[in-house]
Amino acid sequence: MKRNINNSLFQRAHVVSALGKSFTKLDPRVMVKNPVMFTVEIGTFVMFLVVMGIIFMHDTSQGKLGYNISIFVTLFITLLFANFAEAIAEARGKAHADSLRKTRKDTPAKKVFPIGELYVDEVHVVSSSELRKGDVFICEAGDIIPMDGTIIRGLASIDESAITGESAPVIRESGGDKSSVTGGTKVLSDKIMVEVSAGPGESFLDKMINLVEGASRQKTPNEIALTILLASFTIVFIIVCVTLIPFATFAKTTITIASVISLFVCLIPTTIGGLLSAIGIAGMDRALRANVITKSGKAVETAGDIDTLLLDKTGTITIGNRKATAFYPANGIPVEEFIRKAMLSSLADETPEGKSIVELARNMKLEWYPEEMEGMQFIKFTAETRSSGVDLANGTKIRKGAFDAMKRKVEQTGHQIPIELEDFVYKISANGGTPLVLEENGEALGVIELQDIIKNGIAERFQRLRKMGVKTVMVTGDNPLTAKYISEKAGVDDFIAEATPEDKMKYIIKEQQSGKLVAMMGDGTNDAPALAQADVGVAMNSGTQAAKEAGNMVDLDNDPTKLIEIVEIGKQLLITRGTLTTFSIANDVAKYFAIVPALFIAAIPSLQRLNIMNLHSPESAILSAVIFNAIIIPMLIPLALRGVEYKPIGATLLLRRNLLIYGIGGVIVPFIGIKIIDLLVGNYI
Amino acid sequence: MSTEILGILLVFVITIILAIPLGKYIAKVFSGERTITDFMKPFERFIFKLSGINPDREMNWKQHMVALLTINMVWFIYAFVMFLIQGSLFLNPDGNPSMTPDLAFNTAISFLVNCNLQDYSGETGVTYFTQLFVITFLMFVSAATGIAAMAVILRAMKEKVTDKLGNFFNYFLLSCTRILLPLSLITALLLAFNGTPSSYAAKASIKDFHGNNITVSRGPAAGMIAIKHIGTNGGGWFGANSAHPLENPNYFTNMLELVAQFIIPAALIFALGFYLKKKKLAYVIFGIMTLGFLLLVLPTIYYELKGSPTIEKLGIAQTTGAMEGKEVRFGPANSGYWSILTTVISTGSVNSMHDSSMPVSGAMQMLAMMTNAFYGGCGAGFLNYYIFILIAVFISGLMVGRTPELLGRKVEAKEIKIAAIIALLHPFIILAGTALSTYILIHNPNANWAVKPSTWLNNPGFHGFSEMLYQYTSCAANNGSGFEGLADNNIWWNISTGFVLILGRYIPIIGPIAIAGILAQKKYIPEAGGTLRTDTITFGLVTFGVITIIAALAFFPALVLGPLAEYFSIY
Amino acid sequence: MKNYLLPSLRLTLVLIVLFGGIYPFSIFLFGKLSKGHGDGITISKNNQVIGFENLGQNFTEDKYFCSRPSAVNYNASGSGGSNKATSNPDYLKEVSARIDTFMKHNPHIRKEDIPSDLVTASGSGLDPDISIEGALVQIPRIAKIRKIPFNKLKDLVDAHSEKSFLGCFGPSKINVLKLNLALDSLK
Repeated sequence: MKRNINNSLFQRAHVVSALGKSFTKLDPRVMVKNPVMFTVEIGTFVMFLVVMGIIFMHDTSQGKLGYNISIFVTLFITLLFANFAEAIAEARGKAHADSLRKTRKDTPAKKVFPIGELYVDEVHVVSSSELRKGDVFICEAGDIIPMDGTIIRGLASIDESAITGESAPVIRESGGDKSSVTGGTKVLSDKIMVEVSAGPGESFLDKMINLVEGASRQKTPNEIALTILLASFTIVFIIVCVTLIPFATFAKTTITIASVISLFVCLIPTTIGGLLSAIGIAGMDRALRANVITKSGKAVETAGDIDTLLLDKTGTITIGNRKATAFYPANGIPVEEFIRKAMLSSLADETPEGKSIVELARNMKLEWYPEEMEGMQFIKFTAETRSSGVDLANGTKIRKGAFDAMKRKVEQTGHQIPIELEDFVYKISANGGTPLVLEENGEALGVIELQDIIKNGIAERFQRLRKMGVKTVMVTGDNPLTAKYISEKAGVDDFIAEATPEDKMKYIIKEQQSGKLVAMMGDGTNDAPALAQADVGVAMNSGTQAAKEAGNMVDLDNDPTKLIEIVEIGKQLLITRGTLTTFSIANDVAKYFAIVPALFIAAIPSLQRLNIMNLHSPESAILSAVIFNAIIIPMLIPLALRGVEYKPIGATLLLRRNLLIYGIGGVIVPFIGIKIIDLLVGNYI
Repeated sequence: MSTEILGILLVFVITIILAIPLGKYIAKVFSGERTITDFMKPFERFIFKLSGINPDREMNWKQHMVALLTINMVWFIYAFVMFLIQGSLFLNPDGNPSMTPDLAFNTAISFLVNCNLQDYSGETGVTYFTQLFVITFLMFVSAATGIAAMAVILRAMKEKVTDKLGNFFNYFLLSCTRILLPLSLITALLLAFNGTPSSYAAKASIKDFHGNNITVSRGPAAGMIAIKHIGTNGGGWFGANSAHPLENPNYFTNMLELVAQFIIPAALIFALGFYLKKKKLAYVIFGIMTLGFLLLVLPTIYYELKGSPTIEKLGIAQTTGAMEGKEVRFGPANSGYWSILTTVISTGSVNSMHDSSMPVSGAMQMLAMMTNAFYGGCGAGFLNYYIFILIAVFISGLMVGRTPELLGRKVEAKEIKIAAIIALLHPFIILAGTALSTYILIHNPNANWAVKPSTWLNNPGFHGFSEMLYQYTSCAANNGSGFEGLADNNIWWNISTGFVLILGRYIPIIGPIAIAGILAQKKYIPEAGGTLRTDTITFGLVTFGVITIIAALAFFPALVLGPLAEYFSIY
Repeated sequence: MKNYLLPSLRLTLVLIVLFGGIYPFSIFLFGKLSKGHGDGITISKNNQVIGFENLGQNFTEDKYFCSRPSAVNYNASGSGGSNKATSNPDYLKEVSARIDTFMKHNPHIRKEDIPSDLVTASGSGLDPDISIEGALVQIPRIAKIRKIPFNKLKDLVDAHSEKSFLGCFGPSKINVLKLNLALDSLK
């Protein structure tokens, strides 16, 4: 269940604020950052002067007043449309960020004042806005956590639904990898002491809001390269339009300023120029909708380039914990007897594995002897014995544990592990399971098979990733045999078995050295170096502060499969830019056929044959082209905000597909559009 | 008529058949493998010794550029001085005069940059000495410069992270001795045995059929005409270039010259495939270039065969096609084919007068030079195409959602910046030059120059505009052909085209080498599942789209006012 | 400087000698073996050189087969075409005048039988050839003036027609100078 996000692209509030911004963004100091639109602004200004010249100086050389005003207004609207695109993207992004930030309005905080070297419980209630990094506060059941921080003492169950939308409470405790708490979430039980990790305005969310609002938005390398390319197209068209003036004089025709500027504005890539920053913001916004906070626009873009994805087995590929799936008694041991003993040994076992053994046994509906439980004593798992079990009242000791540990134990008592049991153990391991050997007073009874449950649909997702060209790597603490089995079954390309944080790091560096970009997800402090090393490091929000600092994204949902979504968001971002650039430039063909004949037709009537759209008059042709050029921007805003759909069908096929839609489409659409507009405006001009 | 088409097909097929093995050979030469011309080695070592060059000294891309520019500068000064004093030097049996400084400047640059724009006429403007010791020499070395530049790029494109890209002088000399010299020798001998003069004899003075005294220009032309084509230079011994019956005596020599100018540009594309072991990439590139070539050449042949509509209106049936400015022995179809081949390839030699071509043909000839990337001149052609590949890689990379890569190297802002400058430069120098000339023509028609601006143009109206547009296009593309009616031997044209020539030559060489050099130092990323392959037809078509869109968008208005308006006014 | 300029100078000198001297000189030596010895292939009449095989000469008299118009008047110390565009009105007047002249001298033919090469200037101004149609269309005039039977002239033209290269590549043509020489010897 996700937070209730309003998915309508144009919400009233956003539109209103964006409309206002469209005008304030006309400030040349702002516009100059976007060279394409800046030249349009200059053109608009020149047109303004021309209109003024006609009105006040009665200049008759520039054609009809109405025509000039129409061009001026259309250009002005073009500017507004482009600004609106950027503003609406900002408004939407900001709205999402705000809805997250709303959770942290001023709340009372129980600040702890340290006296001397020890924290004593001298607590004063202050406003959350007074908390600074390093301050310590306490939260009890029912309190709203006032600020992001790290638990330094205690354990609590916390309702994070305000952030993640997940209603089930989560446990956060000091010391481990789940020590982070987020401002705005609610403590349900127990009491924790928390150290503030970021002061007001410094949290990730605040940083993200700044990014979206453009205050600290930096262009990504791809965006820079694209801007250069677009700027160079703009320069080419400056040359084309300026040189056209002496050319026209030579051809004994005069062309009006309005016509030259119209031609220029139509030719330069205003469509992509106007939408470029909106696309970038929308990319971060889409990440935010997926409940991922990005620390830079670049991170989203890099995600689209990821070659290798490191995924933790548990939680990503398999569902949480292992489950018992079968019982294999040794020869001579009746099945029921064996299962009953297995169950007995696990009745008091609180581990998920233990519970699953009981559950499996219960499902088999065995006869039950409750008297055996009388006086039974549960022996907990320890790292030394590597086994757990029960001591019955009659002195019988039942233990279950890993094969090698149990083997030692059996042999100590002078028994032998039956040969068939060793077979079972091997087979289970090879099938990706974990064998648990059960023994009673030194005699091996049989083997319990525990299996990882691979998530539904995960294989399809890996298939999709493979088609995207992303290599998936499973990281697990399991032994290589088990890891191999699961990786094959889930369809990942590689695995790191018996992984330590150092192994992860080594793997990342190795991949990077061969030129690959690596993404990983992590939560623990010991993941921090790897998160920092990876090109895209996604830290879970529940993770430690160190992990969150090290990565370049934070996932509020703590969902390990999120990486896959992030990769697609990144690709979508690039694709949207590429396709709209192509579309924008392909549009020029039709615009040429509208404007160029119109420019010269008075002096060279035979050029009427170039007027293949059969447009009404030269003025109407030029105006139609300019109007088309303007309205295509708002028409493409939804596409810019939603992003062009990514299909994992292989690079070449995808290229062909997008080329057909946006390249060929970009050639055809304006012919139709300009013709329609001409039919509408032709009679009025 | 069908024999004319057959002749074209034959010459095209022969070229391809010869170009593939030649490409393989060139790849071997540059990768240092054994070839049949290895017997030249001692000779080359001797030349290096005389010149004090260690051919094994590795250079990075900047050092390559310093070497290239230094030696080019030496050639320029040498050529400029020789043209200025040629009248008083030896080997001048016809007593031709020295050049004016502006003409010497233009001519020296023109041959230096492999363009061979000739604002003079070969019979009267140069001496045998300058024809051989300056022009023929420059024809070899300018072509070798282009090939060497391409060799640097090929080396940089190999799958190795390095800044060591071989030795410029080594690539350069190998281009001379292993590629240009042998092919030129063969071509020159075939020409000489088909009637092209090769002796040092001065003008012949004879009494003609009617008993009138006539003089006939000639000279040791065969060798120069051979390298003129082999090196895609294009400058003629005689004023009429390869339309001249001594420069191009018959249909066989015509085919020979067509093959000769096409073979190295074609072979270099195949050489890329063999050298990088990416044959498919080479075939795709060659296919796309051929597509572009066909789209230009087919309309040209069609309109030339169809003949002149205006003369048809005078009552003359156009069964033999448009013949103004053409030779009967070649016919309109072959002349049309030549006119496009010579313009796509930047040879610029002509076997018919382009000024008299049909309007559509004129438009196609100009488009061939405006795109300037289909086959292209010796080496330089691929350098131009490389820029377009880079832009195509960038746009298609974005379209498939991946940071663009070219052959395993990430393409970033710096490379795009260089590529954009080069893509920009071409329309800039063409349009700005033409605009300035039209401006002068309109506002200063009676300037006191050797030729008054008001009399520059040989034809009125749209075609007159085309003459100016063609001139700058030809210079920017380093082509050298012209709408020769333009009175270009005066200070404005000599100087302005001189600068266009320099810009149009060196920037498009430095740029791609810089890009390739920078890319070669970047991390090499092996091909993975998500990599966009550049050796597919789809990608080839994107490149084609980029080339045509950039050319079409930049030049459409100018073409409308020139050949297209002319077309619509007479058809 | 030392690494680039000096080697460049020295290499340049060596290559000037190679490409400006040795290369053309060796072609010159081989060219001595060719027809015309590298001086151009000449045509003689009565042991007197009267022209070059490949260079056209101006024929305008009615008794000879006319050659094509020439922008340089067949002056082989230079060369070049008219460079006139087909859209140029002055040029069209010129062509129109040529057609009229031709019609005046050949009154018995139809205008549309005149092949375009006879009224257009060649690229070099020295085109030695005309099209076969261009020769055929002149036969009635010459037959009348020289009082030679039509068929005999037609045979002459056929005999001097040069077919396509290898029979199937390129246009066919006829060399005017050779044709007129043969015409004179036809008695």
